[in-house]
This record gives sequence, structure tokens and C-alpha cells, in this order.
Amino acid sequence: MHNKKIALAGNPNVGKSTIFNSLTHSREHTGNWAGKTVGTTEGIMKYKDTKHYVYDLPGIYSLLPHSEEERIARDFLIFDDYDFIIVVCDASSLLRNLNLVLQLKEINKDLVLCLNLIDEAKKKNISINKVLLEKLLDIKVIETCGFEKNSLNKLKEFIYNYKGRKSSSFKLKYSSFIEDKISYISSFLDKYDLSIDKRWLSLNILRRDEMVVSYINNLLNIDILSELEIGVYDIDDEMVECINNKASDIYNKTVSFDKDYSKDRVLDKIFTSKSLGIPIMLLFLGLIFLLTIKISNYPSSMLFSFFSYLEDILFNSLIDLGISKVLVDLFVNGVYKVTTWVISVMLPPMMIFFPLFTLLEDFGYLPRIAFNLDGMFSKCSSCGKQALTMAMGFGCNCVGVTGCRIIDSKRERLIAILTNVFIPCNGKFPTIIALISMFFVGINSSLSSLFLSTGILLLIILFCVLMTFLVSKILSMTILSGYSSSFVLELTPYRRPRIMKTIITSIFERTLFVLGRAVIVAIPCGFIIWCLANINISGISILNHLISFFNPFGNLLGLDGVIILSFLLGFPANEIIMPIMLMCYLNSGSLVEYSSLFELRNLLIDNGWTILTAVSVIILFLFHYPCSTACLTIKKETDSWYYTFLSIVIPTFIGVFLCFIINLLF
Amino acid sequence: MIDLSLDKCLVGEKVYVERVESLFDIKRRLLDIGLSYGTEVVVLYDSICGGIRAYKIRNTLIGIRDNDAKNIIVRRRNA
Repeated sequence: MHNKKIALAGNPNVGKSTIFNSLTHSREHTGNWAGKTVGTTEGIMKYKDTKHYVYDLPGIYSLLPHSEEERIARDFLIFDDYDFIIVVCDASSLLRNLNLVLQLKEINKDLVLCLNLIDEAKKKNISINKVLLEKLLDIKVIETCGFEKNSLNKLKEFIYNYKGRKSSSFKLKYSSFIEDKISYISSFLDKYDLSIDKRWLSLNILRRDEMVVSYINNLLNIDILSELEIGVYDIDDEMVECINNKASDIYNKTVSFDKDYSKDRVLDKIFTSKSLGIPIMLLFLGLIFLLTIKISNYPSSMLFSFFSYLEDILFNSLIDLGISKVLVDLFVNGVYKVTTWVISVMLPPMMIFFPLFTLLEDFGYLPRIAFNLDGMFSKCSSCGKQALTMAMGFGCNCVGVTGCRIIDSKRERLIAILTNVFIPCNGKFPTIIALISMFFVGINSSLSSLFLSTGILLLIILFCVLMTFLVSKILSMTILSGYSSSFVLELTPYRRPRIMKTIITSIFERTLFVLGRAVIVAIPCGFIIWCLANINISGISILNHLISFFNPFGNLLGLDGVIILSFLLGFPANEIIMPIMLMCYLNSGSLVEYSSLFELRNLLIDNGWTILTAVSVIILFLFHYPCSTACLTIKKETDSWYYTFLSIVIPTFIGVFLCFIINLLF
Repeated sequence: MIDLSLDKCLVGEKVYVERVESLFDIKRRLLDIGLSYGTEVVVLYDSICGGIRAYKIRNTLIGIRDNDAKNIIVRRRNA
């Protein structure tokens, strides 16, 4: 069996690297935005009894070399030795992709078209007439959907069986001026035996393409331009136009849209109307928050009692095994307790928030939010899609940061990532709400106090949103300066949300993903907290030494050493800041949960808290470094320590500064 | 005839693309959404905060900022 050499070409961000990786089982990092592959990567595909070489070329838009990537890819496609090209296209933006396909047809090598992400296209109600496309382009078309195993096996089977074919009848027709010149040059080239298509060579000699001209000159040992007396013609524009027109002609014939949008139009009129648009948005988001905060208490306390039930069993059985008491205490009251605490407080709100939010996403409402608010973001030179990542940030900043991938421009994506932490996440809400009712409203369940505390919470959220705009604006004027890039927002069709699928994806892709990262940090943190609270130096625990150390700094901000230390130790999750505080105040060796708000308020007031302390704590809660999980996510998404550092420094500075000012003024 | 740009069209109007006067990167994005010569575009609605409008292009709804729509030259009657 013959070992084939296959070149993978295509536009950036069409899933080429994913196809390459699954064909060759290599682990080249694939990203969700344009321009991942820079050089050419070689891989080996083993299938049945055969072994094939696959070359992953950089993603390119055209064969007219405008950039380094386009030059590398073109050099390979023209001069290298391979059996056939697979051009990977994104089925939902076929028009743009067709431009490259047509240019590849022009070099007249064996070409196969792979319509990738066909499932995405179907979701958008785009249907492509494959048979007609094959006929119009005189090309073999295979449909795939990214990393779905079945479709990739189909592709492998195709490569295995493909016999190859050499000539194609397809030809792009240019104006008679260009066509005359081409036939003149190619009649000259006909005298020589060349491996590259002569029509293509002639066209590029006419364009005075440096690489092609010097290649011909070296090969034939002549100066082709003066030999044939070729003048200086600017034909690039005409070529591009001709290719564009042909592409849209083929596109119009083969691509159709199945859905009638009259119903969508009615919904859009409501969701984007001047009077109802914003209230409806607030209603949707408010409802999600309310449900999350109200419902998650129950599963949370169930998890707590489950884990504490296990805790006793674990403790006793470890003691029975004869392990020393100190080690068991370290493991159970330190590592185990902190880790399960993080799980109990983080898991339920995420399990409720993410499915609800994903339902809204699946329904197609989110792009309308971006559309409604884009004007405000464009004034801050940032992207309207930032509204969506902010909304995700209310659930969890990690998901918000990951969500920033939807923003195309790198500058605007970084602004969105760096400001995401200004949106309070689920982990902050319960503590903030508790502080509001203890210090501002009064602990009772009357209707008026419910309205009052909701009002205060809304004001706080509004303050955070304004802060996000302010910081975005400042960032876009300083370290991330630049113009607001072009912004094309697809208002995807509405559809009935698929409930099961939503629940599964939101639990696996979001909840467990975030929880996994949180647990990784919670384990060492539990270890450290236990050591600090239980190891004594000259009769006092390290924890208390640290508290006295931080006291002066805390006093400067109107706080105390305990609060500062709790924020530092609460790095793994915002939810454990309050329990650590209680642990310190009560001088306990492990985390403490409050049994009632009355008790908690008395404890805090006994330790010198005033309304002003509560205000400062709320401010510090809103504006401090992202939790460890979010930091890890920011590092992963930006791939830069510098931006991770900035994302820690900026909010912390603002929080500390605000507390300092408040303490100074009052 | 004076060039008519897309951002100047009124809500509800139906127009046809004449040419796109943008640089490479933006032109590509506009091609992505199917804007080529002769394509029918319907102006659908304004945004609450302004600066962007929704258009119907090849049966999809697309929001385009006025800044970009400025570079899309259209005509009112199809040739």
C-alpha cells in the first residue's frame, strides 16, 4: 500500500488543527480563535495497514501572500511534494472559505474539500447542497463535524481509499485582457517541462510575483519579464473581484437557509425595544440570581451534613488504624474540612446558575443583550460581547474569563478578562447579603426589609458594573489602547432550548471544570490553614502572630488583622473568607460556620465591628484579587503572567484604596 | 450619483450591496457574513444604546456597528 502525503489547508479557525490532531493523535494545542498554527506541523496517520504523512499548514485566507503565514503555506502548496490537498472549510461561513478553495483550484493540484463543523451549520439552519457543490467546483466533498469520532473515521476511510485524480476541468475566467496575456505567457512556458501548473505560473508572472518570477528565472536561466516584454499591470484587484464574484455565485447556488424568521422578528421587537429591552434583561438576570441564591441553600446544607457525617467516620477509622492523632487532625480538620467546605458552598449555586444561564444562551437571548448594550461598550472602546462575559461572571468569574473567547479582537478580549473580576460572583453574594441584613437593614423577614436589602444589593451591583465600565475605559486609554475594532454580531435564531443537553453541558463543561480547579487549590490551602492555626510559637499560634502583624495595616483601612488575614487565606474561594474570619475570632482550630445571623452579628460587634467596618469589608469583598481558580483560568486564557499579575493588582489596589479613603473621611 | 452608505439607510429599507470600502481584516469579516456585490440587505432595528443596528443579510440577523456600516456602499434598486 502506497503511503500518501496529505497537505491540510484552510482558513484560520475552521477546526483544521483539531482534524490534524485526531488524524495523527498528536496533542498540538488547539485554540478557539484565529491564527493558532504558525509553522507547518508534520504528523503521521496510521490507519489499518497504512501510514500516511499529514502536513498541517498555517491558516490562511488567500494565496496572494500578504502575511508570513500565507507565504509559508503557499511555498509548501506550490513547491513541495505531496499527493493531495484537503482544504478544510467552515460550513457556516462557506462564502469566505470558497475564496481560498477557488485559489487552490487554480494551482491545479489534486484537491479535496472537507466541509467541517457541519453540525454547527445545521444548528444555524444553513443547508448546503453537497452534490451541486461537487459538480460546480469539480471536486470531491466530505462532511465532518470537528471532533466527532464517526465523521473522522469516515475521513480516515476516505484517505485510505482515495486513489487521487490529476486534472480538473474547473477554470476561473478573467477578463479578455488578462486571458490574452495568460495564453501568450503559457504558450512560451509550453516549451518547457514544468511540474507546476502553467496557467497559474503565467498569471503570477503577469502579477510580477517575486517568488514565481525568480523561480522561473533560475530554472530556465532567463529574465522572463524582459524576455516576454511584460509590462507593469495591477491585476490583483481584478483577480480578487473575479474570485469573490465566482465564490458568491457558487455560494448563492449551493447554500440555503431553512428558517422563516417572522416569529423571531416579533420577539426581537420586544427584547430590543427602547422601553422594554432593559427591564426584561434585568428581570431575566434578576430571576436567575434569585433562584440561585434561594434554592442553593438546601443542597448546600445537605452536602454539609453529608460531609460532616463522613468526617466523623473518617476520623475514627483513621485513629483505629493507629495513625498519630496530630496527622489525623491535620488531614481531617485541615485538608478534608476545607476541601469539602469549598465543594459544599460552590457546587450547589453553580449547579443551579449554569444550567439556567445556559438555557438562556441556548434560547438565543444572549446576543440580544450584547446588541442592546453595545453602544455603552463601544464608548469604552470595548466589545459589546463583554456584556455576556460580565453576565457569566455573576455566576463565576472563571466561566466569565473563559467566555471571553467569543471576543475576536485580542485587545478587547484582554479588557474583558481583566475587568471580569469586578463583577461579584456567586461566592460573594451570600456573604454580602448577610452583611447587608446584619448591619443595614436589620435581621427580620418583613417584606419591607426584603425590599430594602434587595435595593441595596442592586445598588451594589450597579456600582460594580459602573466600575467595570470605568476600568475598561481607563485600560483602553492606557495599557490596552487602540481603536474599537469592527464588530459583527450574529443575532442567532431563537429556538426551543434543549433541556437535557443544556444540563449535561453546563454540568460537565462548566461546573465540574471550575470545581476541579477549586479543589486543586483547596487541598494545599487546607493544609496551610491547619498548620497556621495549630502550630504554636512561644505559646501563641502562628495565626495569632500573623493577625497581630496585619493589625496595623488593617487599622489603616478601618479593618483589623483578622479580616486582612482571612482575605489572604481565602484565596481558594470567596466562600471561605467568612468561615476563616470566624475561626480566627473564636480562636478555633478549624473553619466555623455561623448558626444564626443574630449570633454572628453579636460576635462581630464584640470584636469591634461598626457599620463602617461592614462597608469596608463589603468593598474589599467586591474588589480584591480573583480567587485562585480564576487566577489559574486567567493565566491559561491569556497565556501571560503579566496579565495575570495585572488582574490581581488592579482590583486589589482599587479595593484597598477605596477602604483607605473611606476610613480617612469618616 | 452620491454614494449611499448602509448606516444612512432608514429602518425598514431594503438595499443592495454595491461595494465594501474596508481594509482587509474587516472586509473578511463582512465576507464571512455573506456581504458581496448585489446582496440584499434589510435594515431591521436600532439598538437601545445606539451605535449599532440589526440587518437581515441572507436570511440571518446581523448586528453591524455604524462605524463599519459607513464603509458598506449600497444602492436602493437592484441592477
